[in-house]
Amino acid sequence: MKILRVIIMALSFLMTLPVLAWAEEAAAPAVDTGDTSFILISAAIVLLMTPGLALFYGGLSRKKNVLNTIMCSFIALGIISIQWAFYGYSLSFGPDVGHFIGSLDWLGLKGVGLEPNPDYAATIPHQAFMVFQMVFAIITPAIISGSVAERMRFPAYLAFILLWATFIYDPVAHWVWGVGGWLRNLGALDFAGGTVVHIISGVSALVAAMYVGKRKGYGRELMIPHNLPMTVLGASLLWFGWFGFNAGSSLGAGSLTTMVFVNTQLATAAAMLSWVIFEWIRHGKPTLLGAVSGAVAGLVAITPACGFVTSMSAIIIGFIGGFICFFSVAIMKAKLGYDDSFDAFGVHGMGGTWGAIATGLFASKAANELGNDGVFYGNPDQLVTQLIATAASWAVAVVGTLVLLKVISLFTKLRASDEEQETGLDFTQHGEDAYTEFVSGSPFGVDMTAGGAPVGAEKPAF
Amino acid sequence: MTKVECILRPAKLESVKEAVNKFGVHGITVTQVIGCGLQKGHTNVYRGQEYSINLLPKIKVEIVIPDKDVEEIIRIITEAARTGDIGDGKIFAYRIDNAVRIRTGETGENAI
Repeated sequence: MKILRVIIMALSFLMTLPVLAWAEEAAAPAVDTGDTSFILISAAIVLLMTPGLALFYGGLSRKKNVLNTIMCSFIALGIISIQWAFYGYSLSFGPDVGHFIGSLDWLGLKGVGLEPNPDYAATIPHQAFMVFQMVFAIITPAIISGSVAERMRFPAYLAFILLWATFIYDPVAHWVWGVGGWLRNLGALDFAGGTVVHIISGVSALVAAMYVGKRKGYGRELMIPHNLPMTVLGASLLWFGWFGFNAGSSLGAGSLTTMVFVNTQLATAAAMLSWVIFEWIRHGKPTLLGAVSGAVAGLVAITPACGFVTSMSAIIIGFIGGFICFFSVAIMKAKLGYDDSFDAFGVHGMGGTWGAIATGLFASKAANELGNDGVFYGNPDQLVTQLIATAASWAVAVVGTLVLLKVISLFTKLRASDEEQETGLDFTQHGEDAYTEFVSGSPFGVDMTAGGAPVGAEKPAF
Repeated sequence: MTKVECILRPAKLESVKEAVNKFGVHGITVTQVIGCGLQKGHTNVYRGQEYSINLLPKIKVEIVIPDKDVEEIIRIITEAARTGDIGDGKIFAYRIDNAVRIRTGETGENAI
């Protein structure tokens, strides 16, 4: 009872924190309802991207691993939401500490109220900005699961995404987007998360895939997608949600938002076509999986640049992005021999890196006067800045991921045993089966022969 | 000729297939089946309700081989399919009177 009382008191205290904060901020700037509604809707559709990613990856897995694959994305909705509210948001966007990390002043969303915070978004409630950023923080670690799928033990994966969000995502988000962050001060452009979301998740994915090792039987056994329609559904949800991801990053509803929306669509379409064209040339047939992979590659590639470039530049960025990702997935991966199960690095790492560099090439003040000119508009310095941001993100992703995996491996095994991999992670990690056509049994506690009468909890002997 | 019929864990299909192929067996028939032996099945939990899964998905592999190879192939399959845990399956061997290759009309061992 004592413990219960302590828990209730702790919860009551936490629940009062935002209320106290709202009271303090009573005289802050006015909220624009149009902007607010757009950002909340954007947050909702960005949230839908994570289940979309789950289906995208789930369809690509073998059927004995589909539930585990989906779970690895879906669980991020639970873990990271809470992490973000407790301290993640404060580390990312809280008051600056040495240009490197946010302070813990906003711990438990203290001071994050319903009035706008003009440092980040002057026309929407601070909590709307916070929750919009939350859904980015959720999907980013989930992307990594695509590279270690079908072989990483679930407990180790849980520890990994929590620590990764804390020690890699939160600092890098602060560097690029936080007020006082050193890359933001340097002038690095990342409109919607090419660096923060795609480079660090993609590069970490490659490191994790190599650290955990190849799937048992990789290169010898058939490891083909078990349900491509599921993958197409997932990719379609990603595309849909990406409008919230990119257009929502303008933090309001207006002209810039419209430009971002259009750029997102055009780059995605161009990348889809380019992947299919190059695949057709190389393999003789245009595939559906190629079309959806190209679309995702285009979405990744345009993400950092979407608010800084013209429509025609977006098409070029998308088209080249489609080729780069196709090359890295279809050719480079085979040559180098690593097992990135569902190409988290090939698409997000490579596409994000290209997008960050392309921003330095194609950015134009004519498109967005709050941005900067890139190489093609007479400002080569911007490319240098983008390269510094890219190199820093690669470095922190490589080193940080190695350290985290090493630390976790001291406490629990990272890799599922050969036996567990053969049986499938759905059953060995979760005790569930996705497809039950060939399963026969009975519920405990019910005697099926006696018309379903309860008989206690005996296990039926067979 | 002997028909060797193996009831295996689905997860072991690849290693068994690889092993018998390496030995030189080319014809193989695989069927998805459900069944049980000595084991009592396993438990799945869906929303708090426990289920005893007592007829388990298995793979049935059938091959027909010359009599002289029977012992060796059974040893190979046993090795490839064994985990040491309950539920590894069974192997049955029984005599075959004849075999016919439909395309050419060949019979007996020439047809397998």
